[in-house]
Amino acid sequence: MAEVLVVVEAAGDAVKKVTLEMLTMARGLGEPCAVVLGGPGAAAPLTAKLGEFGAEKIYVAESDEIAGHLVAPKASVLAKLVKETGPAAVLIASTQEGKEIAGRLAVKLENGVLTDVVSLDADGTATQVVFAGSTIVKSTVKGDLPIVTVRPNSLTPAPQAGAAAVSNVDVAVEDKDKLATVVNRVAEAKGARPELTEASIVVSGGRGVGSAENFKLVEELADLLGAAVGASRAATDSGFYPHAFQVGQTGKTVSPQLYIALGISGAIQHRAGMQTSKTIVAVNKDTEAPIFELADFGVVGDLFQVVPQAAEEIRKRK
Amino acid sequence: MKIVVLVKQVPDSGAERNLRPDDNTVDRSSANNVINEMDEYAIEEALRLQEAHGGEVTILTMGPERASESIRKALSMGPDGAVHVLDNALSGTDALGTSRVLAAALQRINPDVVLCGAESTDAGGQVLPHMLAERLGIAALTGARKLTVEGSQLTIERQTEEGYEVVTAATPAVVSVWDTINEPRYPSFKGIMAAKKKPVETLSLADLGVSAEQVGWTGALTGVASHSKRPPRSAGQKVADSGEGGVQLVEFLTNEKFV
Repeated sequence: MAEVLVVVEAAGDAVKKVTLEMLTMARGLGEPCAVVLGGPGAAAPLTAKLGEFGAEKIYVAESDEIAGHLVAPKASVLAKLVKETGPAAVLIASTQEGKEIAGRLAVKLENGVLTDVVSLDADGTATQVVFAGSTIVKSTVKGDLPIVTVRPNSLTPAPQAGAAAVSNVDVAVEDKDKLATVVNRVAEAKGARPELTEASIVVSGGRGVGSAENFKLVEELADLLGAAVGASRAATDSGFYPHAFQVGQTGKTVSPQLYIALGISGAIQHRAGMQTSKTIVAVNKDTEAPIFELADFGVVGDLFQVVPQAAEEIRKRK
Repeated sequence: MKIVVLVKQVPDSGAERNLRPDDNTVDRSSANNVINEMDEYAIEEALRLQEAHGGEVTILTMGPERASESIRKALSMGPDGAVHVLDNALSGTDALGTSRVLAAALQRINPDVVLCGAESTDAGGQVLPHMLAERLGIAALTGARKLTVEGSQLTIERQTEEGYEVVTAATPAVVSVWDTINEPRYPSFKGIMAAKKKPVETLSLADLGVSAEQVGWTGALTGVASHSKRPPRSAGQKVADSGEGGVQLVEFLTNEKFV
């Protein structure tokens, strides 16, 4: 059975959920094989988890040159690996860096690439959700090699034992791949909350939250539910919450099990980032707010009354 | 400093957008076609670089005839001129083909810095900046929320999930920007009038030495087999808060097993 290369996305020592989704998705096309591209020691903490989700092989490419330069070295190593292994498909996370690696890989191999894929058939036909979640597209890559980037929260990862045989990959990085140097990585405090695009539950605040100070209400509800915090563009533009947490057309696209919109009217720009969520709950004082057209459950009311009461009720039930 | 800004005309993301039933391409005829929002931030950043370091700013667009409206709009913000790659054979070109054409145009212009938006609102692929860098053999500094220039050294703050990375490269380089980088200026009346007289060079595939077989429907290495409208979400239960809204909300979450 042909191999399916899955480029591992990790946050430090933890395999990201999207990687497990890709390993699950890969089984439909061939033998899932994980590819770790990172600095020295990057793979060791990840291999056990990758094996639990079906990785038969784990290709490990570790080098300071990979960690120290933006994207290009990863794409070169991956292109070489594709040529050597002749995989049935290459799956990469649909994150900023994942898409960038995919773009370079496509040029190097003169091969088509599909981004933001949510499912992949055995024959390589990919499903993409486009135009703010309003349109479903079935696409194919011409030739034998689908290169696709997979959107986080597209499927539920299913464990399956894999051999997880580690195979070290030679890393020879050319000068042309070392043009952009990463001189510093700065972590910005976001506490212990899950990452926005990976979270099962997202609680977002909008203009109706009214101030940066009031966002504590949003955070409180999020923490009670183990959720990530998001914000509408109106809220981030007003300085209520950092831009990195913006959900919408010009921000993050999320697709959690549960999305709670607090004081968000539901402009198309916001809906673009969240309307493929499984369940949507909204609290807004305007009964005409378009967010209610999407909401499975809506409360027309003052969020400063409703949210603290909900928080109290959750505490009681826990 | 010679700066090129990539500008893409897209259907307005604030209105309903559709694919055409016949060939699965973006329906531009019924849409309000505008400059891709993120590109306006790239134009603004280019103008700020020009103000600080001198040089010229050129808009580069690949697109059909009507994209010239967006080129004039872009020029009204202040750039010096534009290049419009226009050729009937381009219809149906995918991202890989687009990067081939734009790379050829960039080789001809030979800029120090190529600025562009981090993603488009229609395709949202984020693949183009690195495709261009790969083809041109130059650096890509992508996802910038801040750009600083010292001599020929460019340094960005690249927004990441965890925070940001400081990434640096020498020119020539492709730099893509998010909307956190600046606040684009509005075109002034003077700018709008001046834009009408600014030079716009139109280039065909032949001018660029790109063969028609490598682009368009023939050259595309990806294809859309079919598309359908996602069933619209239907509104569920809506309650007016009469003092128990928070409890009712938690009741719903409990029934759905979230609490």
